[in-house]
Amino acid sequence: MTYAKRFDGRGMDELRPMSAKVGIIPRADGSAMFKIGKTVALCAVYGPRDLHPKFMQNPETGILRVNYNMMPFSGHGERVRPGGGRRSKEISMVIENALLPVLDLKEYPNSVVDVFIELPQTDAGTRCAGITAAAMALADAGLEMKDLVCAVAAGRCEDKIIVDLNYLEDSHEDGADVPVAVLPNSGKVTLLQMDGEVTREQIKEIIAKAKEACKKIYEVQKAALKEKFAR
Amino acid sequence: MYAEQKTHLLKALAKNVRYDGRKALEYRPITVEYGVSGSAEGSARVKVGGTEVLAGVKMEIGKPYPDTPDQGNMMVNAELIPLSNPAFESGPPGQQATELARVVDRAIRESKAIDVKKLVILPGEKVWGVNIDIVTINDEGNLLDVSCLAAMAALKNTRLPKLNEDNAIDYDAEPTKEKLPLSREPVEITIIKVGDKFFVDPLSDEEKLIEGRLTVAITEKGTICAMQKGGTAPFSAEEIDKMVEIAQTLAPTLRKAL
Amino acid sequence: MTEEIMVKDKEIVVPGETIATGISFLPGKGAYRDNDKIVAQRLGIVSIDGKVIKLIPLAGKYIPKLKDRVVGMVIDVLMTGWRLEFNSPYSAVMTLKDATSEFIPRGVDLTQYYALGDYVVCQIVNVTSQKLIDVSMKGPGLRKLRGGRIIEVNSQKVPRIIGKDGSMVSMVKQATNCDVIVGQNGWIWIDGEPENEVVAVKAIKKIEEDAHLSGLTDKMAVWLEKETGVKVNPAAAPQAEEQLTEEHPHHFGGSQ
Repeated sequence: MTYAKRFDGRGMDELRPMSAKVGIIPRADGSAMFKIGKTVALCAVYGPRDLHPKFMQNPETGILRVNYNMMPFSGHGERVRPGGGRRSKEISMVIENALLPVLDLKEYPNSVVDVFIELPQTDAGTRCAGITAAAMALADAGLEMKDLVCAVAAGRCEDKIIVDLNYLEDSHEDGADVPVAVLPNSGKVTLLQMDGEVTREQIKEIIAKAKEACKKIYEVQKAALKEKFAR
Repeated sequence: MYAEQKTHLLKALAKNVRYDGRKALEYRPITVEYGVSGSAEGSARVKVGGTEVLAGVKMEIGKPYPDTPDQGNMMVNAELIPLSNPAFESGPPGQQATELARVVDRAIRESKAIDVKKLVILPGEKVWGVNIDIVTINDEGNLLDVSCLAAMAALKNTRLPKLNEDNAIDYDAEPTKEKLPLSREPVEITIIKVGDKFFVDPLSDEEKLIEGRLTVAITEKGTICAMQKGGTAPFSAEEIDKMVEIAQTLAPTLRKAL
Repeated sequence: MTEEIMVKDKEIVVPGETIATGISFLPGKGAYRDNDKIVAQRLGIVSIDGKVIKLIPLAGKYIPKLKDRVVGMVIDVLMTGWRLEFNSPYSAVMTLKDATSEFIPRGVDLTQYYALGDYVVCQIVNVTSQKLIDVSMKGPGLRKLRGGRIIEVNSQKVPRIIGKDGSMVSMVKQATNCDVIVGQNGWIWIDGEPENEVVAVKAIKKIEEDAHLSGLTDKMAVWLEKETGVKVNPAAAPQAEEQLTEEHPHHFGGSQ
């Protein structure tokens, strides 16, 4: 079978329309919204701040704590029962590992930087949208970062390598979903997961395409951050 | 505790000038945006000043409650998420979230805002269930009143999803044009008491000084359909009557925003 | 190897953006070297001084500095003093001996001196490597703040709000007849008639937002006169209060 045309008519390398805004949650130390297609991620950063419980404190460095959650009305079908569950826990952890490499929290011993990611509306690519929003929110909070982080879900649908999978492509039985997070200036990969089946050549191509796509996401992040402080 | 801060606030209230220049019985600007979540059957974003709350409605098919076989079901859930306030913690709803959900629930349920008799598919067997979820986005005070407004706006925005032949929801199809049957429009106004002064729509700085509060739900007919007293300061009967009057006076302002 | 500056002075850059290439450049605060590139380490405004490239931060919490005068709030009463928060990643401790020159008898109720929710203006006297922070009330102008309320501004904007020799905040005080104390930590205490406080808050927020504009002092003088009817002189002598030369004896005898 051949995937001649994407379900929504996009080109294989084409991302869905994107938009981003920084500073949407005034109470937070840093915040941002990232929208790609119908997937919307809100992110608030609080910190560095006091960490409780005390046993979690690290006297050599501050820690990063990510909490990813889908709002009950954000799922494709039925209501999502609040409380996260194992999926949210795992996603929180991989997002944490995707963001930590750019941060240096040694100046903040015993403290925590809390990152909260919430999604009011989803259409696949949620953890990637969350990472993209979180990177902007961390910068908005004034934290020192070596680089931003961009993420996109690339993959395969039948015989084509595609970028920015939507729900239909993600749930298609013959394919693969590969979320990738990239540091835009060094090209290093900080998140890599895979769901489905691919050959070694395909995964190389998928990662390369994801890196290319992330360049476009980086432009959106830069513009949103600069816009907030434009004079 | 907080004695100095309270004294200062009372000084301002005595002159009817709040910290943001408002009068004691004045709400901040209210904006309502409908249809903010494409995955929900109905949704809304409400902003009152800087406080922002999202509400979404998800419909489901289920069995009616044994004692109401000819009625649909409804449930209100609220999450005061840590995204919206540095003091909120992750985890299951605490006291504040639970109270908020239940007080909003009572306003909607007791006013019979939703025409639950029209939500029956097969009497005694299959009825529509209306799940209202409230999620706070930015807390700058007065989450309760804002949440009730958001819940009502989300209900107004709700369309019934398409059913397939087995009377199960077809999520892949477009929702029908049929709106959720609503017949009443309650709004909630919370009146705060500090010292001997009353005010509404508190800012976060004012909210932490609350000694007593009374939430009153007012229908479009001006009747009361729910009440909740909070805080430890006792109220006299005269004070309660005065607070109900305040709520009745202010209800149209909130309702106008819907 | 090319020596090139990629962005203009005073331009906004995001973390990871290359500001310049070339080994002759030196990374200052907020920038770092990555091989031959000078890269931004945070969201900020580029400031190029000869060969030194640094970043003026646009955001971020206040990082406590020794000798800074800050406005704090009491959040806990301890056995040997009080804990304060002041818009920083860490809280500070004020011990009995740093709280007052009065003799505090053993076992007395410490809330008589400072209670939960009390605002104080104090000075940072110690910051350890583990970020344990000590503050003191012993010094000119340091005192418990009675009444009043706090607003928060970006701590980076504090110098602009104070103005040269205190001239900017002085104008706000004159025009609104409010007591205003600006903490280096971005917390500002305001006390006056309620309607005047509202104007003072608006004025400070306006200075914060327009901090980058030139001629702001004159613009604010005009704005303040329009709002309050009080003609302020931008070149007026600063209030002694702001300069911390006044002694404010504080007595704890008697109730609040």
